[in-house]
Amino acid sequence: MKSIEDHLYELNRLQELQQRSHWMNHLHPLGKLLVCVFYVFMVASIDKYDLQRLILMAVFPAFCFIVGELSIKEGLYRMRLILPLVIFVGIFNPFFDRSSVMSVGATAANPAGFTVTGGMISMLTLMLKGLLTVLTAYVLIALTSIEELCYALRQLHVPKIIVIVILLIYRYFGLMGNEANRITTAYHLRAPSQKGIHYKAWGTLVGQWLFRSMDRAGAVYESMALRGFNGDFRVKKRKAKAADFFFPIIWIAIFVAIRFIV
Amino acid sequence: MHMADALVAPAVAGTMYVLSTAAAGVSVNEVRKESAPEKIPVMGVMGAFVFATQMLNFTIPGTGSSGHLCGGMMLSALLGPFAGFLTMIGVLLVQCLLFADGGLLALGCNVWNMAFYGCFIGALLIWRPMMKKGATRGKIIAASIVGCVLTLQLGAFSVCIETLLSGVTELPFSLFLATMQPIHLAIGLVEGLITAAVLVFVHEARPELLWGVGDKTDAKEGKLSFKTTIIVLAVCAAVAGGAISLVASAFPDGLEWSMEKVAGTTELEAEGGAYDAAAGIQETTSLLPDYAFKDSESAVGTSFSGIVGSLVVVGITVGACYAFRFFKKKEKISEANAPS
Repeated sequence: MKSIEDHLYELNRLQELQQRSHWMNHLHPLGKLLVCVFYVFMVASIDKYDLQRLILMAVFPAFCFIVGELSIKEGLYRMRLILPLVIFVGIFNPFFDRSSVMSVGATAANPAGFTVTGGMISMLTLMLKGLLTVLTAYVLIALTSIEELCYALRQLHVPKIIVIVILLIYRYFGLMGNEANRITTAYHLRAPSQKGIHYKAWGTLVGQWLFRSMDRAGAVYESMALRGFNGDFRVKKRKAKAADFFFPIIWIAIFVAIRFIV
Repeated sequence: MHMADALVAPAVAGTMYVLSTAAAGVSVNEVRKESAPEKIPVMGVMGAFVFATQMLNFTIPGTGSSGHLCGGMMLSALLGPFAGFLTMIGVLLVQCLLFADGGLLALGCNVWNMAFYGCFIGALLIWRPMMKKGATRGKIIAASIVGCVLTLQLGAFSVCIETLLSGVTELPFSLFLATMQPIHLAIGLVEGLITAAVLVFVHEARPELLWGVGDKTDAKEGKLSFKTTIIVLAVCAAVAGGAISLVASAFPDGLEWSMEKVAGTTELEAEGGAYDAAAGIQETTSLLPDYAFKDSESAVGTSFSGIVGSLVVVGITVGACYAFRFFKKKEKISEANAPS
């Protein structure tokens, strides 16, 4: 139950952030989308031992979090879902890659110092890549609403049907999430000591909810049809300002410089 | 099973994007052919439903733990493989953006690993042939369990392949596989049982909602057969993978490239009084002159002082950003206090 409430809280928090009147929220969504995707691409392309370049890449999320007035705590909290697989994949690197790459802390008593292996570095870069890419996705969604992102996707010629489905999923997720929360609360009030939904209730509980959702979809279609929906999706065109060009150009130049020149 | 951006190399991500885009293109065409606008809201609402259902905990009988639903197989059994696939793309994108479950770069991989197998393999190769002569309780349970187990096994196998091809782990392939497959066997079984319970209920209450049941006539063949499509996709993947990996790995650093063009070498050698004096100054002023990686020829050879330097640059950027924010706020306050 806590998980559903957490998800709904996160959704509401994101909507609050998206509705702010900050200048970064007002930048053109296509520019923000391209910058973030390009950044993630650049970060992923950095060599597994190239810690220096990866650290430099942190300038972009750092800029967006500080100037965009976003909470780093909330950004880090989003790591919890991807962290298990990333840790599992990276945790064995120090055991399998034992090639010595540097030694630190050499003293007279211990002239060899502490040996840092390639595996340690590659594990660190993997974690850092995970962190930077998650923070960048957070920057994108915290500063851009789903409607604006869908507008950007349409400009990139993503088929209308996919864009409408994304918009509808987002729109109805809040509603369905609340319904899931109510169902779980009601179920726990009836069976307080039970951890999850009993297997005998799997079919009936989810099935009835499924029928209600299908009927709701029918009602949604009827309302949309009454308002002239024929499978088409129209968006209001948005004029680009100078900042809309400068923001992506400058950042992409910085990423290229860090990745290929520095 | 959601892959993060950190786990995929651009070449692998690009290849998987090409494959997923091709599958999405076929699906969009198939859904368009149906010309049923009423299906679009159903896809959206069902996507939100699956997304919300994933948050419910289902008690696993005989154990103290609980399982979750992924939904690919269930969506296909209700909407058909093509509409189901497009809906799963929406679910995965919203999950990645809203809850950081997955990643922007890894989206192509996640769509392939979870949506493609669940919707196409699960629905077209398992669900549909089994339901051709009508659905029964036993057939629905068998199709759901076999479908979920098989598609999750394929998905887990793809995760191992994609991660290993990306070169981010030193974990031996056999060990990685031996860990991933059994975990996903258990997850697949639980998901299969939940899917079966729901679909059996749907079959008993409103059987007309199930896709592909009693569909004795063969579906209209498109311009490309399934076999041809697979061959085309495989060729696309090979070409795209090869091309992208060449771009990603063959180019030298910008400075090295320029030097090679000008001087014919990527290394400059210098000697003389001025050079020695400058080298001396550099040695005395550098932050950590002795902390350098032993193997300076490889990427590992990045100096420790370079890492510290990077940290300093990030620190300066953070400071500058705070200063920018401070002055921006001050500007706003003075604007607000200014007499109108």
